[in-house]
Amino acid sequence: MPNKGYLVDTSKCIGCRGCVVACKQWNQLPAERTSFKGTYQTVPDLTANNYTIISFHEYEEDGQIKWYFTKRQCMHCLDPVCLKVCPQKAISKTDTGAVVRDREKCVGCQYCAAACPFQVPRYDKVSDKETKCSLCHERTAEGELPACVKACITGALQYGDRDQLLDAAHRRVSELKVEYPNANVYGDKQAGGTNIIYVLADKPEKYGFEEDPKVSIAITAWQDIIQPYFPWLIALTGAVSVFSFFSTRLLGVGKEKAHEGESIHG
Amino acid sequence: MTNHWVDMRNTDCALIIGSNAAENHPMSFKWLMKAKETRGAKIIHVDPRFCRTSARADIYAPLRSGTDIAFIGGMINYIIQNNLYFRDYVVNFTNAPFIIEDGFDFNDGLFSGYDPEKRKYDQSTWKYKTDEDGNPLKDMTLENPRCVFQLLKKHYERYDVDTVCKVTGTPKELFLKVTETYAATGVPDKSGTIMYAMGTTQHSVGSENVRIYAILQLLLGNIGVPGGGVNAMRGESNVQGACDMGLLMHVLTGYVAAPTNDPVYANLDSYLKKETPKAGFKVNTPKWLVSMMKAWYGDAATKENDFCYDYLPKRRADRNYTHIGLFEAMYDGIIKGLLVFGSNPYVSGPDANKETKALENLDWMVAADLFETETASFWKKEAGADPEKIKTEVFFLPAAASYEKAGTITNSGRWIQFRWKAVDPVGEAMSDLEIFNILGKKMKEIYKDSTDPKDKPIQDMVWDYPEHDEPKLLDEVQREINGYDLATGKLMAKFADLKDDGTTSCGVWIYCGMYTEEGNKTQWRDTGDPSGMGVYPKWSFAWPANRRIVYNRCSADAAGKPWSDDKKIIWWEDGSWAGIDVPDFIVANAPTDPDGDKAFIMKDDGKGGLFAAMADGPFPEHYEPWESPVENLLSSVQFNPVAKIWDTPMNPQGSADKYPIIGTTYRVVEHWQAGIMTRNCPWLAELMPEAFVEISKELAREKGINNGDMVTIVSARGKVKAVACVTPRFKPFEINGKIYHEIGVIWHYGFQGIAKGDPANRLTPHIGCANSHTPEYKAFLCDIYKGVI
Repeated sequence: MPNKGYLVDTSKCIGCRGCVVACKQWNQLPAERTSFKGTYQTVPDLTANNYTIISFHEYEEDGQIKWYFTKRQCMHCLDPVCLKVCPQKAISKTDTGAVVRDREKCVGCQYCAAACPFQVPRYDKVSDKETKCSLCHERTAEGELPACVKACITGALQYGDRDQLLDAAHRRVSELKVEYPNANVYGDKQAGGTNIIYVLADKPEKYGFEEDPKVSIAITAWQDIIQPYFPWLIALTGAVSVFSFFSTRLLGVGKEKAHEGESIHG
Repeated sequence: MTNHWVDMRNTDCALIIGSNAAENHPMSFKWLMKAKETRGAKIIHVDPRFCRTSARADIYAPLRSGTDIAFIGGMINYIIQNNLYFRDYVVNFTNAPFIIEDGFDFNDGLFSGYDPEKRKYDQSTWKYKTDEDGNPLKDMTLENPRCVFQLLKKHYERYDVDTVCKVTGTPKELFLKVTETYAATGVPDKSGTIMYAMGTTQHSVGSENVRIYAILQLLLGNIGVPGGGVNAMRGESNVQGACDMGLLMHVLTGYVAAPTNDPVYANLDSYLKKETPKAGFKVNTPKWLVSMMKAWYGDAATKENDFCYDYLPKRRADRNYTHIGLFEAMYDGIIKGLLVFGSNPYVSGPDANKETKALENLDWMVAADLFETETASFWKKEAGADPEKIKTEVFFLPAAASYEKAGTITNSGRWIQFRWKAVDPVGEAMSDLEIFNILGKKMKEIYKDSTDPKDKPIQDMVWDYPEHDEPKLLDEVQREINGYDLATGKLMAKFADLKDDGTTSCGVWIYCGMYTEEGNKTQWRDTGDPSGMGVYPKWSFAWPANRRIVYNRCSADAAGKPWSDDKKIIWWEDGSWAGIDVPDFIVANAPTDPDGDKAFIMKDDGKGGLFAAMADGPFPEHYEPWESPVENLLSSVQFNPVAKIWDTPMNPQGSADKYPIIGTTYRVVEHWQAGIMTRNCPWLAELMPEAFVEISKELAREKGINNGDMVTIVSARGKVKAVACVTPRFKPFEINGKIYHEIGVIWHYGFQGIAKGDPANRLTPHIGCANSHTPEYKAFLCDIYKGVI
């Protein structure tokens, strides 16, 4: 089945946060106590009870005010690292590419959170599990739109086949480039490609994104280099141990010296 | 609205002024985004600060609160001086060519006929000059110095770009960019829409603010065309319906004038003589009034008793019954009892300290709402009151929410849309309809044996609605509003069939046609749009007569040919009118008939009024708000010469030496009005938990205020604390060479609910628009201090 996701056209987003409330309502997530600290971003970051947020970015450049609104949530990567690192194999991809977690299997080790190039998964103290957006896969399986997409009033969110979303995104970016020369598509290539595609009118950093989100070196080293060979390493280490055990016995070195009660170092 | 929401997708340029549409009317952006996508439409946002609407606009221009007339006046002057107006349209459809009476004049801020003692105008010179037969004289070349066009031109000559920018604080190049971009819609194949809201109306010159938008649109040929119009984005769900139903103090249903105790309204004949003009669609006023009386009093209303005309309350002509007037009367102990339904003046009323104090003088109050509001608990300690000292008996009726009851809501676009009930109300909560049904029945019971003549109206009013059967009750009320042919018992098909002889009934003439023998059209949900112009003729019922764009005769030229194929609504074809919408003119008139170009049928002369009498003048003129730090640069008349000044207790006027900062109030998308519903919703309280005030970085530096600090804002009337939001989106204004600061406080907050805060309206004044008395919430004087004082 083709990958399905949604397009976030930031040039149409009015920052109303209807998507945020729709997500909480669908997932029945409790509200958290917040305070106003001088920014509209009263929910400063994703939490166990906020699978999606809007981040607000205010700039003054060349005498012009710019105020960007970015919907942040799981990017539903084509090649999700979280899926690779989960020791319980709790994370999987649906047949349309939504990255979902089996709550029963999750043990809350938070390894996925450490690995995620977009720093998405959040630990829920109450259930002792990691949480994140599931792309409303139970809804889309029934032919319904994800809750956020359905709530979006301006059409900034459009659900569909990834290929078509990318086409639409690139078309929109070429339209935007006339007035916004830095307009770009985000999610096409980043982190190996994601199912959530963004149309940005300015550079990704301006929207709170990393230009080139990477998994940490340690995780890559462990995950892509060492861990795949783990079974072999264990076998090799085991084999070397066994060989060493028998080889030292056969060579009789240690035994002889011990018998004489002298140090082998002389 | 003259147009409607969906129609906004047909625009080439949206001028959003006096509004934060993206936050407060997000649906508008659904359609504006489509206009951008399909037609490359431009969005202009004019606002004191850069907000979420500005973020999605192509052009943002700052404007000091209270200077809309200067801004638009400047645009009008520029457009006329540079010949950017749509001349053919102006000549054919407006009163531009009409000659004005010799005695009419304007001089240094005042029109002819001003009485400074009464603060009122004698408008007898504000008329057309007529020939011996009473027909207005005209000059179709628009050259005559006394024609409306030339007088308009002369009036706005003072509004040159430099002066205007000195008044509004808008940088000159931005002002010109806005003007040139918007003026580009003054051609046949382009249309521009003006979208406005409370930032426009909540001023002492509020009505004239709207007037000047209308003048601008008429000059550019943007009325009666797709993607055009003067579009009020109403401030409350179904406020449009409330106005239509006659809840404003000066009207009965359908905007028919309400009589006062003036002798001219002594009986039905004299009333009709006063209120029925000789020409224009309002000649039908007798049919509307009599049909309404038949709906209200049924068989008791006969020709012999003037259809119970005497039963209509004749309010005192010398009293003011608008919101401010009512609370002044409560404060003075004149009004003893109050029904406050879905309203929370503790939070939303101007001069909130006074209005709250006024409640203490009531004998009784009945509050109906979804949650216990600040107003319903005004007498509690949490409200800052001393319950021991308050004698008001307060009742609270739990009310059903909009999805817990069925009924219609009329949106800003005049679409009367039926809503079906989704869930039962909680506990004992009831719909307003049922509450009033029971109240009416109880009243009839109490007064049924009275012999006092003043109780006859209650005894005779038709009130045989079912009880405990809400669907049936609703259905009967809806039918009654639509009206019946009393001879046949059949539902009226259209208001054109209403009679003044007592043979028809109709609760609200403009709604006639919404529920006919064909069915309840407010329940229509046909998504067909044959013209592709977003008319959706079978989706609900738009008043009047299911007409979606009013004044649509203007969409075609004098010969009946659409100005543009891209913008056609009606056209003359093979000897008759055809089109995609209900024609808003007498279809019997061919384009070439004498009345064939009368596009504004509610006016006697059928023409769009470039010159049109309002209480404060026939042309809008800039005056400063009641509290302003600057002198009026356009004339030596500082303040609106007609607006009622309430020189009463607890309403002092602040001066700029003590309160040097311009204050305004606004909303956020996350909260609704006085906040009792949204501040009780955990998810929304999470998003916007506290009251905050937006201030510029420059002002913050001056006052030593950091972003996120608690601050106190004070005005002559009160003080509130809020969290400071220091932002580059708000900039100081340079007015006539001097810097002035403006700040904006979010006003949704009170002491109830999950998200609490101080009501910003403790700062605002008890003063209103010269015409509508809408309070001047949007421009006052204040000062700000770090910390809680």
